[in-house]
Amino acid sequence: MISGDVMIRLDRVSKHYPGQPAPAVAELSLDVPAGEIVVLLGPSGCGKTTTLRLINRLIEPSAGRILVDGEDVTRVDPDRLRRRIGYVIQQVGLFPHMTVAENIGLVPRALGWDRARIRARVDELLDLVGLSPETYRRRYPKHLSGGEQQRVGVARALAADPPVMLMDEPFGAIDPITRERLQDELLDLQARIRKTIVLVTHDVAEAVKLGDRIALFEPHARLAQYDRPAAILAEPANDFVASFVGSGAALRGLRLERVGALALEPVEVVRPGAAAVDRSARAVLLDDAGRPVRWASAGSRGAAGVAVVRTEDSVYDALDAMVRARDDAALVLDAHGDPVGALSWSTVVRRHPAGDSSPAPSFGDAR
Amino acid sequence: MSFADYLGQRWPVIGVLAVQHAEMVLIAVAVAAAIGVGVGIVVEGHPRASRVALNITGTMLTIPSFALFGLLIPVLGLGAPPAIAALVLYAIFPVLRNTVTGLASVPGAVEDAARGMGLSRWARLRLVRLPLAWPVVLTGVRVATIMTVAIAAIAAGVSGPGLGQLIFGGLARIGGANALNDALAGTLGVAVLALALDLLFVALSRLTTSRGLG
Repeated sequence: MISGDVMIRLDRVSKHYPGQPAPAVAELSLDVPAGEIVVLLGPSGCGKTTTLRLINRLIEPSAGRILVDGEDVTRVDPDRLRRRIGYVIQQVGLFPHMTVAENIGLVPRALGWDRARIRARVDELLDLVGLSPETYRRRYPKHLSGGEQQRVGVARALAADPPVMLMDEPFGAIDPITRERLQDELLDLQARIRKTIVLVTHDVAEAVKLGDRIALFEPHARLAQYDRPAAILAEPANDFVASFVGSGAALRGLRLERVGALALEPVEVVRPGAAAVDRSARAVLLDDAGRPVRWASAGSRGAAGVAVVRTEDSVYDALDAMVRARDDAALVLDAHGDPVGALSWSTVVRRHPAGDSSPAPSFGDAR
Repeated sequence: MSFADYLGQRWPVIGVLAVQHAEMVLIAVAVAAAIGVGVGIVVEGHPRASRVALNITGTMLTIPSFALFGLLIPVLGLGAPPAIAALVLYAIFPVLRNTVTGLASVPGAVEDAARGMGLSRWARLRLVRLPLAWPVVLTGVRVATIMTVAIAAIAAGVSGPGLGQLIFGGLARIGGANALNDALAGTLGVAVLALALDLLFVALSRLTTSRGLG
């Protein structure tokens, strides 16, 4: 099922706690491909955090093998293993008595880097997570907001440039607006650094947004389904998965599709003072600066202006814009801001891909 | 002789006794701090061991100081040694208790992050846990010091050095020349010394605690 290099392989891993009848993790096998974000998703107590902590051996497995980059890590020194694996937790756990720079530089210090190299690395990482080194280097954690603390937490985890990062509900304690921004930043960051990331969450939306793959756990750490987010939303393996991803699954799937991938209707551009020529096509009236003002053709009556989206936006965003504009179509702009077509409500619902006249595969349709 | 005249005449002697007193206290507290912090590090995280260690050292505090000084004479003789040894036994408890409390109050998330980033047990203690517990540990040492300054006055009962000699000497000759002045100077000296050492610890705490704490 997985092509390419496997960075982390769990091979029939179990964890029994003495005195507990049921194992916390039972015979779990899971391959995490290099350079991907794999999300461990599931309800509370399903063993997803236990599974994560088995990888860096904060919890020792009772049975089974764990391979990181081909090496069986159940036999190596756990401290040396952990220095090769970034670790980010929900409460961040910054060291309050150390400055931001000291926090980030701690693992490099433990690895014996010289001061100049540590300093340069700290500044590089602060830049990478979007914090200005001049402003933040000397600050103490208590002077940072929750979002800033978690950015520093991510920078600290990346300090020694580990190939693998483990993130345990990294954005769980952060307000919704900042959480969205941090999720976007993580995706941007990942596009640049291509780490192998295992991330734990119980939030389906977060899993769908961040995951290249989702491993969905049932209670008692049984792996219910391990697949691409779109596949999990469209074809849940069993009733548990279907009920966990919930009734909004079809809509959520739209977040994964780009507007540019759908068939667009032609749009005629009308400048101020001119009249539409082709009565059959949609026409949009632009102002002097080239910004859309309203639909010029009959039949389109957006009550709240023109819904505007870009080709790289998700179909979900397009639907949102249409609902807000109370219109059944959205004007689509390319990356330069020029109109390239219109996306109609019915195209979204029937999902016609660009250059294909047959209906899209039934993924995401309401059942 | 008025107390002012007495002080004007006798201050060199009082000064020497005060320095002796401070030396005795600081030696005892230094030894007790080493023992208290060391034992604290060993027992922290083991509730039963912590309880046993705290019970034993806490019981020391219930032994009347005069009795403890006396009990040590057969072992250590007269003078400074039994005095310092007794003070050490008293001073361990506050240091130990605060070390255990300070280490236990390190937030779980901080400990988890430190483990997760691959710091060894020793590195976690040195770089993370002790620095975080430091203000609490230092408060324990401070309490031990103030307490010991007062108890050390009794050490004169076993011919120990310090301001206690003025107090004991004065009280033994009460009614005699300068007897009251001696006792008063010794008592005030102990109070002033306690105050001075307290201020010293406030300064030390400011200087050695990270600005990121508190």
